[in-house]
Amino acid sequence: MNLITSRYFPWVFLVAVAVLPLMFASDYKLFQFTMVVVYAIAVLGLNLLTGYNGQVSLGNGAFYAIGAYVTAIMMDKWDIPYWATIPFSAVICAGVGFLIGLPALRLGGMYLALTTFALAVATPQLLKYKLFDDYTGGVQGIVINKPDAPFGLPLNPDQWLYLFALTVGAILFILATNLVRGRIGRAMRAIRDQPLAAEAMGIDIAMFKTRTFALSAMFTGIAGSLGAITIQFVAPDAFGVPLSLTFFVGMVVGGGASIGGAIMGALFIQFIPNIADEISKAAPGAVYGLILIAFMFLLPGGLASLIRILKRKPA
Amino acid sequence: MAGQAETRGTPLLRVNDIVMRFGGIVALGGVSFDVERGQICGLIGPNGSGKTTLFNCISGIYRHSRGDILFEGKSTTGQPRHRMASLGIGRTFQNVALFNTMTVRDNMLVGAHHRGSSGFAANALRLNASRAEEAAAYDGMDELLDLLDLRAVADQPAGGLPFGTRKRIELARALIGRPKLLLLDEPAGGLNHGEVAELGALFRRVRDHFKLSILLVEHHMALVMSVSEKVVALEFGMKIAEGTPDEVRNEPEVIRAYLGDAEDAHAA
Ligand SMILES: Nc1ncnc2c1ncn2[C@@H]1O[C@H](COP(=O)(O)OP(=O)(O)OP(=O)(O)O)[C@@H](O)[C@H]1O
Ligand SMILES: [Mg+2]
Repeated sequence: MNLITSRYFPWVFLVAVAVLPLMFASDYKLFQFTMVVVYAIAVLGLNLLTGYNGQVSLGNGAFYAIGAYVTAIMMDKWDIPYWATIPFSAVICAGVGFLIGLPALRLGGMYLALTTFALAVATPQLLKYKLFDDYTGGVQGIVINKPDAPFGLPLNPDQWLYLFALTVGAILFILATNLVRGRIGRAMRAIRDQPLAAEAMGIDIAMFKTRTFALSAMFTGIAGSLGAITIQFVAPDAFGVPLSLTFFVGMVVGGGASIGGAIMGALFIQFIPNIADEISKAAPGAVYGLILIAFMFLLPGGLASLIRILKRKPA
Repeated sequence: MAGQAETRGTPLLRVNDIVMRFGGIVALGGVSFDVERGQICGLIGPNGSGKTTLFNCISGIYRHSRGDILFEGKSTTGQPRHRMASLGIGRTFQNVALFNTMTVRDNMLVGAHHRGSSGFAANALRLNASRAEEAAAYDGMDELLDLLDLRAVADQPAGGLPFGTRKRIELARALIGRPKLLLLDEPAGGLNHGEVAELGALFRRVRDHFKLSILLVEHHMALVMSVSEKVVALEFGMKIAEGTPDEVRNEPEVIRAYLGDAEDAHAA
C-alpha cells in the first residue's frame, strides 16, 4: 500500500503500463492502445474546457476533425512528414478555438452546449463541401501512409506510432498538469465555480474563457492529427455528432476536472464498446448503455474518484 | 513629491452623487460620502435601502447612471470589474460567494491572483517566473490562516464548511489580495453571539495590521457603532445621516427609519 499512496506511484504505474504493450501486444492491440492515447488527449482537451472551466462543449469533435484534416492534407498534398504537421495543426486549431470562444462568451450553459452541438452536426457537411474537394477529397476522404520508425530503430510501424503518440501525449499531459495546478488552473476553476467572485478577485473572465477554448481546441486538434496518422484515413462521416459525444462520455466517465480521469475515460471509450459487442452481438448499444448507467451509479465522481477512494483507505 | 502630498489629502474613496436604477426602482438616489485612509466606516440602513447596490457600484458589478466613484483620487467609473482588485479594492459578499469545489487554500490563492501576471504558457512550462509568483502567492497565507482560525480546514473544500467558517474564508481571500479598501457586506450575518462579539476586535486588528480602510455594511448595530469611526445611514437609496456613531445614533431621521423596522435592527 506504501507504493500506491506514494506521489510517484501514478507516474511509475503509467510508464510501466505504457511500455508493456510495446513488448507484448499484437499489432492490432497496439493500434487500440495508440487510439487510447489519442482519445486521452482529446478527452483532456475537453476536460480543460468543460471540467475545469465550466464551458460545456458538445462539439469538440470539430477541432479533432480540423486537426485530422490539417495533417492529412499536408501529408497528402505537400508530402510534409507526419511529425511536422502537428505544430501546424496545433496552431490552426488554437486559432479556430479562440475564434469560437469569442461568441461563446455571450452564451451561458445550455446555450453554449446547444451551439457547440450544432458545430458537431455541421462538421461532416462542411468537410464534404464541394469547393474544398480538391483538398479534402470530398466524401471519399484522404488515405495517408503509415510512417516507419526513424533512425533505424528496431520497431515496426505500429510500435513506433504507439511510442510516438505516447510521447506527444506525455508531453501534453505534463503541460496540462502544470497548468491546472497553478495560478491559471485556479483561475479557470474559480470562473466555473463563482464567476462574480472570480472577477472581483481580478480575473479577466473573457480573456480566460477564450484562451481556454483555444487551449482545448489545440489539445483536441493534436489528438485529431495523431488519430489521422494512426487510422491512416480521414473521411467526413467519422467526425460527426457521435465523435463529440464520445469525448463527452470519456470526460464524464473519467471524472470532470481530473487529469488522470482523462486516461481512464479514454480506456472506457476505446474498450467498453468492444466488450459490449462481445457480451451481446445483437444489442451492443443496449449493453453499452447499461454499462454506462452502472458506472454513473457506482462512481458518480467518475473513475478518477476511484483512485481517490483507494488512496484514502488506510493500508 | 507634490503628487504624494496630494494623494495624502484626498480621501481613499469618494462616492459622489451616485444614482442607480433598476427599471422603475431607484436603488440609489444620489449618494455621496468619503472614506478616509485607515478609517472604518459603517454603512447602515434598513433592508432594501441600497447598501449592497452601492457595494456593487464600487466594485464595478453595477454601472451607475449618474455620479462618480473616485478611488485614491481617480475615477473608477467605466473600469472593467476585474481591474478593481489590482486598484486595491477587496470585498466579501452578503451571500458568501466562495469557490465551493476548491480548497480553502486555493480559494485564498485566487484572492492573490491579481498580484501575479504569468500566463498560460509560463504556467504550463513551469518557467521560473511562474514558480516565483506561486511562491509569492503563498506569502502571508499562514499568517492569515492563523489570524482567521482556518488552519485546521485549510485543505478542505470550501463548499462543505459551516457558515461562520465560510465567512472567515471570504475575509481571508480578500485580505491576501492586500487591498487598500475592504468592503464587508454583513460579515456578522448568520453568526452566533460569541462570534459577533469577536468580530469588532478582529476588524480593528485587520485594519491596523494591513493598514487598510474598511467600509462595513452591517445590521448588527452594537457591532457597527462600536467599531466604526464614522457611520453613514441610508434609507430608500438616500443618505439620511453621516457622522460619528453617537451623532448618527441620535439623528431623528435614523431613529425614525429604524423604529419602522426595529426587528431588523436587532435581528442578525
Ligand atoms: N439586480 C437587481 N435587480 C433589480 N432590483 C435590484 C437589484 N439589486 C437590488 N435591487 C433593488 O434595489 C434596492 C436596494 O437593494 P440592496 O440589495 O442594495 O439593499 P440592501 O440595503 O443591501 O438590503 P439588505 O440589508 O436587505 O441586504 C431593493 O429595492 C432591491 O430590490
Ligand atoms: Mg444587502
